[in-house]
Amino acid sequence: MLIRLEHIEKTYGTPEHPVPVLHDVNFTMEEGAYYAVMGPSGSGKSTLMNILGYLDTPTSGTYYFEDVDNSRASDVKMARIRNEKIGFVFQSFHLLQRRRAWENVALPLMYGNVPKRERRERAEQALCEVGLKDRMDFYPTQLSGGQCQRVAIARAICTRPKLLLADEPTGALDSRSGQQIMDIFDGLHERGMSIIMITHEHAVAERASRMLHIYDGVLTGGDAE
Amino acid sequence: MLENFREAFDGIRSHKLRSALTMLGIIIGIASIIAISSTIMGTNEQIKENLVGSGSNVVTVRLYQGDYPFETAWATAPDYITALTDSTLEEIRAIPEVASAAYYAQRDAYGQIRSGGNALSAGTVYGIDRSYPSVYGYTVRSGRSITDSDCTHFRKVAMIDETVSAALFSGANPIGKTIDICGEPYIVIGEFTRASDFRPKVSTLDEYFTYNQSSGGKVLIPFSTWPVLFRYDEPRSLVIRAVDTDSMTVAGRKAEEILNGTIRQENPEVRYKSEDLLEQAKNLQELSSATNRQLILVAGISLIVGGIGVMNIMLVSVTERTPEIGLKKALGARRRRISAQFLIEAGVLTCLGGILGVIVGIILAYGISKMSGVPIFISWVIVAATVVFSFVIGMFFGAIPAYRAARLDPIEALRHE
Repeated sequence: MLIRLEHIEKTYGTPEHPVPVLHDVNFTMEEGAYYAVMGPSGSGKSTLMNILGYLDTPTSGTYYFEDVDNSRASDVKMARIRNEKIGFVFQSFHLLQRRRAWENVALPLMYGNVPKRERRERAEQALCEVGLKDRMDFYPTQLSGGQCQRVAIARAICTRPKLLLADEPTGALDSRSGQQIMDIFDGLHERGMSIIMITHEHAVAERASRMLHIYDGVLTGGDAE
Repeated sequence: MLENFREAFDGIRSHKLRSALTMLGIIIGIASIIAISSTIMGTNEQIKENLVGSGSNVVTVRLYQGDYPFETAWATAPDYITALTDSTLEEIRAIPEVASAAYYAQRDAYGQIRSGGNALSAGTVYGIDRSYPSVYGYTVRSGRSITDSDCTHFRKVAMIDETVSAALFSGANPIGKTIDICGEPYIVIGEFTRASDFRPKVSTLDEYFTYNQSSGGKVLIPFSTWPVLFRYDEPRSLVIRAVDTDSMTVAGRKAEEILNGTIRQENPEVRYKSEDLLEQAKNLQELSSATNRQLILVAGISLIVGGIGVMNIMLVSVTERTPEIGLKKALGARRRRISAQFLIEAGVLTCLGGILGVIVGIILAYGISKMSGVPIFISWVIVAATVVFSFVIGMFFGAIPAYRAARLDPIEALRHE
């Protein structure tokens, strides 16, 4: 099992005035699955993604990633998991404006101490996968929104992560570009990538092999099997 | 590491004006330190040069009454001052720091040196032996020097310097002419000059008096003929040449000790003292350094202010780049890496400021030198130290922003748009 969440609770605020965000979230995910998480804004879906991506820790409950509980891992270990096992795609791309496309893609490779020569090679390969080989040396300002998001996807997959986390990847794009992005995710899924995508567009969510709903911090459809 | 530097330069380049203004504080601080220190050191070199002369390394040891040289013209030396012997001189010559040494007697002679109708208004008569001119660094320009035989035969011969020659003979060859010293006729056998080119710069009255002695007219006669002009058992002084400039003080002290050992009195009022120009130079340098050290302190404070400016801008920079920090953390950048980025940026900023400050400081120092005529001396040690110091300031004031950046919560950072 790639992911297993058991009784995940997340509460923000002070002990006197707790603000519950996630309540008893349980779900499991096999390797190679493609899940979509749907829910209105403020439902807790971003918090869920942060927990899944080791950017945040749950208040209680256990998160097993590849059957390992990493809740007590050090900061350095967390950084390594994020670097090696997880790829992030954000709504607003988060590309570094002063770096060429391939340099943006190679960024996580640098943090993973991949030798310099290999970085460009692997970045090129990842850009190939998203169909942007000819834009390698472009700067983000020279690319369209859809192209930027494809660079961001290349950045997320170049470390060959176990899990791809996408937070509204089409949210900032026009429908045609959005379509292209979704096609890329489909392709990645076909080649065995495990994907969790957060979205509030039904059409986008329907492409996933499974749809989860989150509403006021309560997840449904998680352990339906 | 290389990437860290690239990021730092990116950060600086993307806000050129802001970075330049931030650096300005550092530039001003470093520039003033460089300008001040270069001028101080230049002044010190000049003082040393002026007072010590270019490498003559001569120290005189004379009798003093309290703080003033003992005036043989006005008083006889007390009984406990004994005549200096040759064995004492040998003892002094054996001092490792002493290259050569000679005894001499001296008297100021105002208007008492004449030839024909001309008189020397101010001059000094020296009673010497054969070795004195070479110890003092005199060379014979024309004629000959005083010899042992002049001394043993009590010959009334004299060597004169250019000043005397010019005053008494106005350009004519003085050799063989007779001059009148305190009413006694002496035959001029030689004209001498200082071996090393010594051109003191006289800009104040005090300096004028200091150099008056050395630049006034000098007449050298055999010491054996001294009693003819003055008293029979007049105390003598000592001149020594130290092996190098830095050992002048030690040589003077040791010689002084030996000479004072010949005094037969426990706490004599009159005693030998070395007249060490290096020591005087040091005292003057001390004075100029002390005043300027405070200036450097003020400049140092401006550096701290500059450092605070750097910290301020780095904090802004961290806030501004919060999403970037968040992204890097999400991609697996460690805290150490994030803090290194900002530390290096602060370091590069202050280092650049330091280097520019050094350049501005050197230009400033040259400007001061041009305007005031004071020479400058640029110490590369100080230049290197100031650049390193500015880097340290960057590290110090960059530490808090860097720590804040490293501690940023990635979720908060990513949400920050």
